[in-house]
Parts: sequence; C-alpha cells; structure tokens
Amino acid sequence: MTKGLLGRKVGMTQIYEESGKAVPVTVIAAGPCDVLQIRTSERDGYEAVQLGFEDKPRRLARRSERGHVAKLSSKRSKKLAAAGQEASPKADCEPKRYVRELRGDVAGYEVGQQVTLDALADVELIDVTGTSKGRGFAGVMKRHNFAGQRASHGVKKVHRHAGGTGSGSAGPSRLFKGIRMAGQYGNSRVTVRNLRVVRIDSENNLLLVRGAIPGPNGGLVVIRETNKVG
Amino acid sequence: MSQEIMNLVEKSSLREDPLDFQIGDTVDVHTKILEGNKERIQVFSGTVIARSGGGSREMFTVRRIVAGEGVERKFPVHSPRIAKVEVKRSSVVRRAKLYFLRDRVGKAVRLKERRR
Repeated sequence: MTKGLLGRKVGMTQIYEESGKAVPVTVIAAGPCDVLQIRTSERDGYEAVQLGFEDKPRRLARRSERGHVAKLSSKRSKKLAAAGQEASPKADCEPKRYVRELRGDVAGYEVGQQVTLDALADVELIDVTGTSKGRGFAGVMKRHNFAGQRASHGVKKVHRHAGGTGSGSAGPSRLFKGIRMAGQYGNSRVTVRNLRVVRIDSENNLLLVRGAIPGPNGGLVVIRETNKVG
Repeated sequence: MSQEIMNLVEKSSLREDPLDFQIGDTVDVHTKILEGNKERIQVFSGTVIARSGGGSREMFTVRRIVAGEGVERKFPVHSPRIAKVEVKRSSVVRRAKLYFLRDRVGKAVRLKERRR
C-alpha cells in the first residue's frame, strides 16, 4: 500500500529535542484527503490512488469537478443507467481544490475513504514533492553558481557573465549540448527525498519534517513514504 | 492562519519558566554541558546587550571583557541547555541593542545602575 498525502507548506522554524539539540523543521499542514478514485491496471493501465485535498466552493467548481466527487443527475447518467451501465463509485464529498494521484499499490484504499496523517504514523522517512520558487530568467551566477568575472582588471560590463562556453573554429565549431547557461530558474517540480519525520500532530493535521522542502509558504506539496533504499 | 499554526508548533519548544532579565542587565548564564556522560554546569557572566529573533528561535547576546579582550556569546533563550539566568545587576538603558558598548573600553563600558 502506497502511503502518501497532500499538504500545504506552512513555514520553517526550529524545535528543541529533549537533549537540547535544536532541530530545523518545516511545518506542513497535511490532509485530510479524500480518496476520489482508484486507478486499476485493468481499466486504466496503471495503479494509483487519486487524492483530493481542501474543499473548493461549489460555486467555483466546474460541473465536471462536482460530478467527479458526487453523483450528478443528468440526462446522460440516466441514459447510461437505463442501458445497464454501472456508474463508477464516487467519494461523495465536496469538490476538491487539489487533485493528485499517487502511483503504486492501491490495496487498502477505497473510494470515499479519508486519509489522514495517521497513515504515516509508522513512516520514518518521506519524500516531498513541490513546485520550487520561480526566479524567472536568471543568469548563470544565480542559476548555476558560476563565479562570474572580476570586478576590475579590465573587465568591462561582463562582471556577471559566464566565461567561455567552448572552443571556436579550431575545435568542434559548435556548442556541445548541455552547456550551462542563463535561463528559466525555479518554478519547476522538485522532489526532496529521505526527509526525517520529526513529529506528527494528527490532532491539528500537522507534520514536522527535518530540513527544507521546495516551494513558497502556502504551496502545495505531495508527501510520500520514501522510495529510496539504503 | 499560518502564523497561528507556527505559534502552535513553537509552543512545545518554548520554556515553561520564562527567563526574566532585561537588556543591560549583568547576568550569570548557567549552561548545562555534557562531558562524556557527566553533566555539569558552566557559568558565563556578562552584560546582556541584545535579544534577537522571535518564538522558539529567540537568542540573547551576553558580552564581557576577558583579559582586556571583548567576548560575546549568543545563547538560545528557549534551549533546555540553559539551566537558569541569574540577574546580578540592572542598568538604565535607553535602547534595545547595546552595540555601542563594543566601541568602548575601560571605564566607558560602565552602565548606570537601575534600582528595582
């Protein structure tokens, strides 16, 4: 059974262990999530559990989103029922703002079930996936930690530029692929693996993880039991 | 909302008996130190010149003069390793950060005593 949850990054702080050691932690408000759908290899070609996190007001939800979580009475559904088509099970909850799938073994999950932090109770290490902070079109110093060029000694207007990117006409007469240059930095999907679970507060749905996780405070994160071996 | 959550998380790490001292106080800071597996108390005394940070991350800075050389040590307010802070003397100060003491030597370091 894959263990995972959706949550929001709240922020970072530090807490003290009993020994007096300060531990840097990220606070994640995780779950509760509703199981909206279960993907099976017979029907969908892969196995996954689809989780929904945080209610979306009905007035903002599309009809398809409402229909995904609860039975809608429509001409089409009536026609299908008349033709003997069985409707797929629905979670029967409010429409969800975030819907994500966790791939893996679906045994133990059923549609409509609520997943809370208790699911992670005996998990020590987790992977956290989020969208990193976007930094726009960034230069090589920020993006790749290049050293830049000198402030003086004849350097003109290129203090933050990269140096050379390869040899010229004498060599290959072209750039090799994968040369690090300026470009879009951040706002991409990032996974941090093997983070230690420091504390689980299931009463307040809070998860404390050692270290930093991607994204801004308030960003959506997907929490999974780590798949890293050793 | 998120601030409330942070406060809730930090609450568990805050000390139950708040340290009672003020900027400008001359204090003895008793720190628990683990030597091998024996615990002993080390004392650092000096003047509190700053408090910084908030919540469970709050720190305070103590300055003293050792052998003519200024020594500053920064302690976490809420660390369980801080056994106690004894106030020896209070002074009249008009600002929250006494960094101006760093530029002073000798008699000029003295602060006017405040009677409580």
